[in-house]
Amino acid sequence: MPTVTIDNRELEIPAGRRLNAIEAARLVGIEIPHYCWHPGLSVVGSCRMCLIEIGTRCKKSGAITMQPKLVPACNTIVADNMVIVTDSEKVARARAMVEEDLLLRHPIDCPICDKAGECLLQDYHFQYGQAERRADVRPFTSRRRDLGDVTLFVDRCVMCGRCVRFAREISGTSELMVTGRGAREEIDVVVGYPLNNKLSGNVVDLCPVGALADKDFLYRQRVWYLRRHAGVCAGCSAGCSIWIEENQQRVWRIKPRENPFINKWWICNDGRYDYPHVHDPRRLTRPLGRETGILDGRDWFDLPKELDWALRRTGRLAAVVSPFLTVEEAYLLCKLIRDIDHEALLAIGPVPVLGEDERFPGGFTIRAEKCPNRRGVEAVVAHFAHRVASFDELLAEVDQDALQGVWVSGGYKNEWIGHSTAARFERLKLLIVQDLFPSPLSDRATYLLPGAAYPEREGSYVNFADRLQSFRRAIRPPAGVKTEGSICWELLGRKGLYNARAVLEEMTREIMYFSAAAGPVPEAGIDLRSNLLA
Amino acid sequence: MKPDEENITWVREPRLGLLGRSYLMLFLQGLTTTLRHFFSRKITVQSPEERHEMPDPSIYRGVHRLNRDEQGRVKCVACFLCATACPAHCIDIVAAESPWPDREKYPQSFTIDELRCIFCGMCEEACPVDAIELTGLYDLTGKSREEMIFDKQKLLSVYDQTKDAEPMRTMRVKGRGTRGEG
Repeated sequence: MPTVTIDNRELEIPAGRRLNAIEAARLVGIEIPHYCWHPGLSVVGSCRMCLIEIGTRCKKSGAITMQPKLVPACNTIVADNMVIVTDSEKVARARAMVEEDLLLRHPIDCPICDKAGECLLQDYHFQYGQAERRADVRPFTSRRRDLGDVTLFVDRCVMCGRCVRFAREISGTSELMVTGRGAREEIDVVVGYPLNNKLSGNVVDLCPVGALADKDFLYRQRVWYLRRHAGVCAGCSAGCSIWIEENQQRVWRIKPRENPFINKWWICNDGRYDYPHVHDPRRLTRPLGRETGILDGRDWFDLPKELDWALRRTGRLAAVVSPFLTVEEAYLLCKLIRDIDHEALLAIGPVPVLGEDERFPGGFTIRAEKCPNRRGVEAVVAHFAHRVASFDELLAEVDQDALQGVWVSGGYKNEWIGHSTAARFERLKLLIVQDLFPSPLSDRATYLLPGAAYPEREGSYVNFADRLQSFRRAIRPPAGVKTEGSICWELLGRKGLYNARAVLEEMTREIMYFSAAAGPVPEAGIDLRSNLLA
Repeated sequence: MKPDEENITWVREPRLGLLGRSYLMLFLQGLTTTLRHFFSRKITVQSPEERHEMPDPSIYRGVHRLNRDEQGRVKCVACFLCATACPAHCIDIVAAESPWPDREKYPQSFTIDELRCIFCGMCEEACPVDAIELTGLYDLTGKSREEMIFDKQKLLSVYDQTKDAEPMRTMRVKGRGTRGEG
């Protein structure tokens, strides 16, 4: 087994993996500071922050010969009998010098910099830098440059070049470039060709300092106020792993969460800026019921009883299961409707498709199917009804007066149903609509229930490749709103609060498709196909 | 604590004699103190007609003020460090891009709930640009709770009122607040 020694700690190099010294050191718990290296980008070794001492151990005598010069760890692939030293005086001095050099031209405007608190320059300076500044440079205001989708604070930049490489390698659009030389190097775009692509938000996450700023987040919050919650993007069927960052029940920004199976380190701008609808003042926030022609307010305390009674006396029922529901919510809804009417029609809600899949040179794909959970909901519906009816089939049955009551779950953030389609539901005895926003359909509802947005949901989504990811809610639903899951949980007469994990356990026992999720679901999700193939 | 622990010394209270039990000596002692104060110099201030003389208002922690820079603009750069340091969570800032070319960020709104404030002075301590300071104004009154939530205008007007009596810290101490002079 090839072995490498890092600061007197032995590491057996995992078979078949090409590790550089930063990755290898991480495996033994040693952090090597670095700016320009990123696991998702090519190696340039330009920042010189990761300089280390290397040497070789002679196999026969065990004698160690060190190289006189420091080498960058990011560009050093660890090999058998290699000896790496990261804690020597020489390395510490090199790091302090790099830090001093970077701060020579840095404005040190941390108090007004959005990156302060999560800035590598700050962190590394505290850890590896010198306490005093020898140069006579006063703090100053950074120059600012509009690059298109993001803003560049020119003087804060440490010239790691991550953003330039990202635009070349991952988004493949190559808008960014380095102009000037030496101390006058700057990031810039060609006039007339601004940074404008669907992955541009990632350069802000990549930037180790406060040079690239998100226009959407600029000066809105300080990062240390934000609490982040692991979530899953509901923008398309790719199901990217995200961090939902929230302060006092308000989502402020969305960041990618590393997931080697789905989105790697990136997310697209559609997903990143997909949260304003969560705090839209037009959202439905209280349950309504229609008795004498007009919708009026209902109490969440009495409503379950009323709904249950209405559902039981209506006749033939149907449910439209939205592809925005989590699998647990879909399961509870199907179970609820099927418990009351054993022959109830279960249809999947309209699946929004926009254009075609967008594939980027770096491998990132934005899916055309703009809903997070079609596959999961289909699997649940198929379990109950053995055949997944489409929304059009349901409409046909409504037209033939074969149905008396329909429960429509929505959760669409855009307009999803037109006046003419909604008018076809007119003759129903009972129409329960559960949605985020008022729509032509909600105007015709007998009961109108407010629904939850994706940061408020709890449960699991199944992405286009059958990968199931579980998540907990990031924020509470607005006052007066209950998630679809907790409404169905109550209507089914279950005790206590809605417990998504318990529902998923139940599903793994009942539905073959979900059997792989029986144990705890790891952060990166679980491939449901792994059990089906076995 | 156990009563038989060895490092406890038990002391009996002294037995009082006849004079002690009559409390006459203690009574005279107390009365002497009263009489001494009765004839000495008065230290009571007839507030609000008379104002209390403060030896050094700059170390007193009274009502906050927001300082102005040389051009009369609010000095605050909306870094939120005071709001972060505040243990009572009484500072609320909404930051925005500044309308001035030489500054990047400024507080669009800056409010302090004076009723919630505990006047600890942490905000003053945290401020990197000496924009927020506690003044020597100690008689803080208002007719309603809303009135006691001071906004940016009011905090700036406190500065205008007190700037002559209490110059800004940066003015008082030479060379303070300039980093980078290692």
